[in-house]
Amino acid sequence: MENLIALLVAAPLLGAAVLLCGGRALDRAGHWLGTLLAAASFVIAVVLFTDMLGKGAEERTLSQHLFSWIPVEGFQADVAFQLDQLSMTFVLLISGVGTLIHVYSIGYMEHDERRRRFFGYLNLFLAAMLLLVLADNYLLLYVGWEGVGLASYLLIGFWQHKPSAATAAKKAFLVNRVGDVGLSIAIMLMFTTFGTFAFGPVLEATGQTSEGKLTAIGLMLLLAACGKSAQVPLQSWLGDAMEGPTPVSALIHAATMVTAGVYLIVRSGAIFNGAPDAQLVVTIVGAVTLLFGAIVGCAKDDIKKALAGSTMSQIGYMILAAGLGPIGYVFAIMHLVTHGFFKAGLFLGAGSVMHGMNDEVDMRKYGGLRKYMPVTFVTFGLGYLAIIGFPGLSGFFSKDKIIEAAFAKGGTEGWLLGSVALLGAAITAYYMTRVMIMTFFGDKRWQPDADGHAPHPHESPKSMTIPMIVLAFGSVFAGGFFSIGDRFMHWLEPVTRHDHGNSPLSAATVTGATMVVLVIGVALAYVQYGRRPVPVTAPRGSLLTRAARRDLLQDDFNHVVLVRGGEHLTRSLVYVDHSLVDGVVNGTAASMGGLSGRLRKLQNGYARSYAVSMFGGAAVLIAATLLMRAV
Amino acid sequence: MSFPLLTATAALPAVGAIVTAAVPAARRTAAKWLALLVSLATLALAVTVLVRFDPDGDRYQLTESRAWIADFGVRYELGVDGIGVALIGLTALLIPFIILAGWHDADPSPSSQLRSSRGGPNETKAPYKWRPTQGFFALILAVEAMVIISFEATDVFLFYIFFEAMLIPMYFLIGGFGDRAHAGSDENASAQRSYAAVKFLLYNLVGGLIMLAAVIGLYVVAGNFSLQEIAEARANGTLDMATNTERLLFLGFFFAFAVKAPLWPLHTWLPNAMGEATAPVAVLITAVVDKVGTFAMLRFCLGLFPEASKWATPVILVLALISIIYGALLAVGQRDIKRLVAYASISHFGFIILGIFVMTSQGQSGATLYMVNHGISTAALMLVAGFLISRRGSRLIADYGGVQKVAPVLAGTFLIGGLATLSLPGLAPFVSEFLVLVGAFARYPVVGIIATVGIVLAALYTLVLYQRTMTGPVKPEVSAMPDLRVRELVVVAPLIALLIGLGVYPKPLTELVNPAVEHTMSDVQKKDPQPEVEAAK
Repeated sequence: MENLIALLVAAPLLGAAVLLCGGRALDRAGHWLGTLLAAASFVIAVVLFTDMLGKGAEERTLSQHLFSWIPVEGFQADVAFQLDQLSMTFVLLISGVGTLIHVYSIGYMEHDERRRRFFGYLNLFLAAMLLLVLADNYLLLYVGWEGVGLASYLLIGFWQHKPSAATAAKKAFLVNRVGDVGLSIAIMLMFTTFGTFAFGPVLEATGQTSEGKLTAIGLMLLLAACGKSAQVPLQSWLGDAMEGPTPVSALIHAATMVTAGVYLIVRSGAIFNGAPDAQLVVTIVGAVTLLFGAIVGCAKDDIKKALAGSTMSQIGYMILAAGLGPIGYVFAIMHLVTHGFFKAGLFLGAGSVMHGMNDEVDMRKYGGLRKYMPVTFVTFGLGYLAIIGFPGLSGFFSKDKIIEAAFAKGGTEGWLLGSVALLGAAITAYYMTRVMIMTFFGDKRWQPDADGHAPHPHESPKSMTIPMIVLAFGSVFAGGFFSIGDRFMHWLEPVTRHDHGNSPLSAATVTGATMVVLVIGVALAYVQYGRRPVPVTAPRGSLLTRAARRDLLQDDFNHVVLVRGGEHLTRSLVYVDHSLVDGVVNGTAASMGGLSGRLRKLQNGYARSYAVSMFGGAAVLIAATLLMRAV
Repeated sequence: MSFPLLTATAALPAVGAIVTAAVPAARRTAAKWLALLVSLATLALAVTVLVRFDPDGDRYQLTESRAWIADFGVRYELGVDGIGVALIGLTALLIPFIILAGWHDADPSPSSQLRSSRGGPNETKAPYKWRPTQGFFALILAVEAMVIISFEATDVFLFYIFFEAMLIPMYFLIGGFGDRAHAGSDENASAQRSYAAVKFLLYNLVGGLIMLAAVIGLYVVAGNFSLQEIAEARANGTLDMATNTERLLFLGFFFAFAVKAPLWPLHTWLPNAMGEATAPVAVLITAVVDKVGTFAMLRFCLGLFPEASKWATPVILVLALISIIYGALLAVGQRDIKRLVAYASISHFGFIILGIFVMTSQGQSGATLYMVNHGISTAALMLVAGFLISRRGSRLIADYGGVQKVAPVLAGTFLIGGLATLSLPGLAPFVSEFLVLVGAFARYPVVGIIATVGIVLAALYTLVLYQRTMTGPVKPEVSAMPDLRVRELVVVAPLIALLIGLGVYPKPLTELVNPAVEHTMSDVQKKDPQPEVEAAK
């Protein structure tokens, strides 16, 4: 059975290789091949899952050793896989949702002449993400980690002829690289501390080193997680990443990429458990991002950017939960899975809306679409109810548990984190209701596009609606299914362990409070956007609204501090290199032997004669040595 | 005595060079094919060396030894260790690609043909207009022969002769066969070219002269030039060197190698040389010839002067760190594609030197792998850049835009070359860069952390280059650009396959190099730092 693990990665990797190296001959069937191989990966995952369910809870870990990768004295890195319950959860989510997104893209990218390449990149994305969650050591994880970065770079910049897309792709890669520095240093620290960076030995030996070391490793891992999962302060790439085709956004936001940071922290649980200070920082990063993303989501008129803000915020919930330690790991992953369903559904829904509206993304130019796109409306609506935590739907179960866990952390910290999580829930309800109303309700505010074509909204083809329907099912039922008899908790517990904490509030109180803030959020949005007509041009807005529209000035900050500062630095260095370093070295040489004067002369045309005399000199030298030997 | 395989490996391209040069002027194509065949035969010999070499055997193998200049104790002594074998392999591997990529670089230029047919007076004024094809390919083979023998020589004097003699063919390759894509006028181009060639020559010559003094000094102290004898005598105490003498001799050797490598602040000849030379010659400089410098640091500086090497380590590490960051920052600021790659190389040489002098197994194995991987990745990036430049006739980044739309294969290979340059995990350079970083971190954590800044900067200069040249709206000047031709694909595809192959499965290379690194570690009598916790295995 364990020999199947490599096939999980190999199937989509093969697809990527064939589709990217193959020529135009594959144009007609390439998208089917890509989809088929993604589906093959999912089928293998299901087989492995069934097998795993048949075993006892503590005997479910499978491992497969392929070959020794970098054997150097004292340094051992292997290409080896490990499949436990945590990896399995991710594998099912990645390959399942990934396959649905492949199916959806067949229709969505139908008219793009580079569709074959698009599917090659999608396959590469799946392969890299699967490698990330299946690796049995941090260095191999790094390969998948960076592979995800590469695939996202290629996909965000898929429409490369648009300068904005190319810039966004570069930005995503660069910001992620800053995170990679964290991962590199974490691995180096593990190597000097434990002499290895394989999960098993490292996570078992955490007790034998100091808390300071663990804190350092934990913080470096957090830096890496911030990059991939778009957490403050490395969040700025996520909004721009909307430049990619919409299925890419669904893939990045739901099944892959942004979930990698959560995986990394939960996987490294043993390190964080021994480093409370690092955990505290993790929870703070999660809480800040949770609010940051939610506030940005409130101000965006672009439907995809509003959803991007929401992703940032929801991942903030997961990071917050992961920072709580054993109280929260299970719920971080549970929310990750339910979020995978409803966020993928929401993005695919948004893509469907754009598909029918001449690629318009401004929600102020939508309105009243529910009659024209009934399937999109219903599936998007169910995703909406799930994300705001409507009772009985997926998001209700998973988010509620995180809020409870935050309070269960105890002390002032617990109160603060719990309140932030509650506040976030209210804002989520507000901005998602706003998206819902502006898109599907109210008056038609459609406007002809730049070429003068008036939009004729219509339902999308079956290849697009079927994945949306499947995801809507997940959005509705997954949370309930996981929570009956705490199934999900028992499933993951052998890997992550679980601790109930001691909440100062009863579960019922937390649920009640969540419901109250939910109603407040929805009501506020209804009053603002449902009761009054939505202006087509955005009002000026308060200072906070304007800042939020600019992503709370993150780019302005980066521009002034990093971009402009960097430009000045490199420009002055170019000058210094040319005039100072070159000059000083030449000058030193001159003072040592008058070479500078000769150099100047040589520039004026004596070069060749000099070289010839050089050559002659060398020849004489060699001849002389040979002669001496003869004598 | 068995067949002198090492001599043959170096002699074949040398003989090939002479024969190629003698091909009649009218038979240009024949000369090209001859050079290509010689380089392929040399590759076959290099592969034989690789096969015959036993990584776990003696330190130096396939040794040859003959008396040469008996009065001075100079011997013709050859021998290879795993590091030498790897670098001979790299050299022999890259030369056929360099020849193939430069297939048309030395054809008579259209403008000079035009002029000579008109018989105008301009002809005499442009000194570098003659482009004798035979000469170009003969010079490349000559460089190959000298580089290979430098990797083989275990006699210090023998090494020195070829280390220096290499400058002559390189000088003519840079000065005589410049890049046709030049922003300035013809005369301006030729002036800049000779400036670059002379600067290359003088920098390396000064380094070489200082080394010559040290070589003579070494003879005075040790009485012979044999690397093995001196190292043995030093190890068992029969040769006692005063601390100051050892330090001075070390500095003499190191200076020459640091110019060649090149290490900040002795690097400024490299961007000029790489910018003005044709792309294949630029690859020859940075991927092949410069490697002699870093190789010699490992073999001669550490092997002959272990104590002085340790004494100089702090300063060298700082210079290497400066090279890494400074080179990368300057690469970000370049407007010329080839100069950008040159500064990127300076950053990478910083990593190699860092890996050598942190004196850990991971660092030195990483540095050796880095030499090989940097050779392949720079060749891939630079040769594709050369193909790009030859199509548009400009080296300026700003003259390009949207190339991926018209030439997707060219853009794709350029991207892979760039990703290798930024050490993307999964490609070969990642393995070596990470080993160097880990090796540095294990002994000097702060040094390792500072060096990671290079990771971010490498992504910056590579992706900015790709974005500005390949993406965005298609510029009218590039709209008719043809995609890669068959000859060009034959050059690039194997390099890319190697980058992926050695990234996924570097084990053959590490197994070749590891024992040699252990020997070097014992030369300097250093042990790897042990992990704090002995983790449960």
